[in-house]
Amino acid sequence: MTGNVFVWLNDPLNWTGTRFQAGIIDQIGAHLWYTVIALVISGVIGFPLGLFIGHTGRGTWLVSVANGLRALPTIGLLILLYVMVSPLISGRGDAVYLVPTEIVLVLLALPAILANTYAGVRNVEPAVRDAARGMGMTDRQVLWQVELPNAMPLVFSGVRSAALQVIATATIAAYVGLEGLGRFVYDGLASRDFAQMAGGAVLVAALALVVDLVLALVQRYSVSRGVTGRFSRRAVHSDSREATITELEAAEELSSP
Amino acid sequence: MISATGSAPWDLFGYFADHRAEVLRLLWYHVWLSVLPVVLGLALSVPLGYLSRRYRWVYPPVVSVTGLLYTIPSLALFLLLPTLLGTRILDPVNVVIALTVYTVALLVRVVADGLAAVPEDVTAAATAMGLTRFQRLRKVELPLAVPVIAAGLRVATVANVSLVAIAGTIGIPELGQLFVTGFQLSVNGPYYPPIVLGIVLCVALALVLDALIVLGTRLSTPWRQVEAAR
Repeated sequence: MTGNVFVWLNDPLNWTGTRFQAGIIDQIGAHLWYTVIALVISGVIGFPLGLFIGHTGRGTWLVSVANGLRALPTIGLLILLYVMVSPLISGRGDAVYLVPTEIVLVLLALPAILANTYAGVRNVEPAVRDAARGMGMTDRQVLWQVELPNAMPLVFSGVRSAALQVIATATIAAYVGLEGLGRFVYDGLASRDFAQMAGGAVLVAALALVVDLVLALVQRYSVSRGVTGRFSRRAVHSDSREATITELEAAEELSSP
Repeated sequence: MISATGSAPWDLFGYFADHRAEVLRLLWYHVWLSVLPVVLGLALSVPLGYLSRRYRWVYPPVVSVTGLLYTIPSLALFLLLPTLLGTRILDPVNVVIALTVYTVALLVRVVADGLAAVPEDVTAAATAMGLTRFQRLRKVELPLAVPVIAAGLRVATVANVSLVAIAGTIGIPELGQLFVTGFQLSVNGPYYPPIVLGIVLCVALALVLDALIVLGTRLSTPWRQVEAAR
């Protein structure tokens, strides 16, 4: 069976596609496109909101609400929204699948980005903030020049965690009919073409790993080394798992008076 | 499977009444598939976390490897495990193993960091009182790390309940099957009851398991209440 997967992945026709089926390259493109849309929308909403809530300490209930969304089963939400929205959308193209999927993807990515941006700003040591104020920095300068750079590692783990969840869920969206790499998984399963199914799974896993790696590199070169201690003995190591823990800690801190 | 009751979201009670045995069976499978990986994952993470705390060189590889595994989307892992392990494709064992992998990936770091957060003078005092290394771990370090480990457990458990449902789309019986049923019955206009019922049961299960962990933490760390009351 393992052999068949390699045969499937090695067939150039599977990569370029035929008239009847989209190829791997197109599906990777589609998958990334869905991911980028969701991340951009949630970033545009979640990042400034997280900065504002973290800086002013106002509206923390929003972070709690966002965290509460975690208990919702994504696949259930996806099917619910699809069933609800699809009769309202007519016309050609994949908008019927895309709109409900993107709503779910944004609902997934938003809590990770919002809660981590909030926690990042919140976790800046008070002494650092006081020092900045003592040096005569304005409120705005404190936010942009002190709190934001210090919050960057957590902001990035939030983005990485969001990206992974979005990629994983975009795969499942193929179940309701969206394109993307999940197509191979569900089509393979339906036609009992297990090489195609496992090949799709390999590609999804590879895509997730590559995207996480790229974001880790961006993080490495955009977070101040004064914050990460990259050139000092004890470097701060952060990855996408940190986001999930941080979210819960933030939620706990908010729920306890 | 189509029921005599209507197709509006609030008809979920009627749907439940009509399919009581089936829904309870799916709920029961769902409970097992979500809880078992957490228990297995905890049993594996404590020794792994301890080792990475005790031997410095173990920590970086453990953190990187588990981080890598954590990155793989669940659906891919459910389907790739049979290829790697030789299990059957629709065997629930794949789900248990996949979710155990995620739980370990999350908890190893939490356990290691939780043990590292135990103050040094406390461990020194335990050693001075004549506790062996194992006694110190069991009686002092692990109990003090319980709140941190429990926070990780809560995240892992709530995530598992949601991830288990995904396996429904590849035909493994649990609450995810309700979504599949609702999807298949929605060809001629939305048929909400099974979908809404599935979501309600999943959220309720997540909340109940979460509350159980909070309760367990409270019972196993009585000194925290004393501290709080002081």
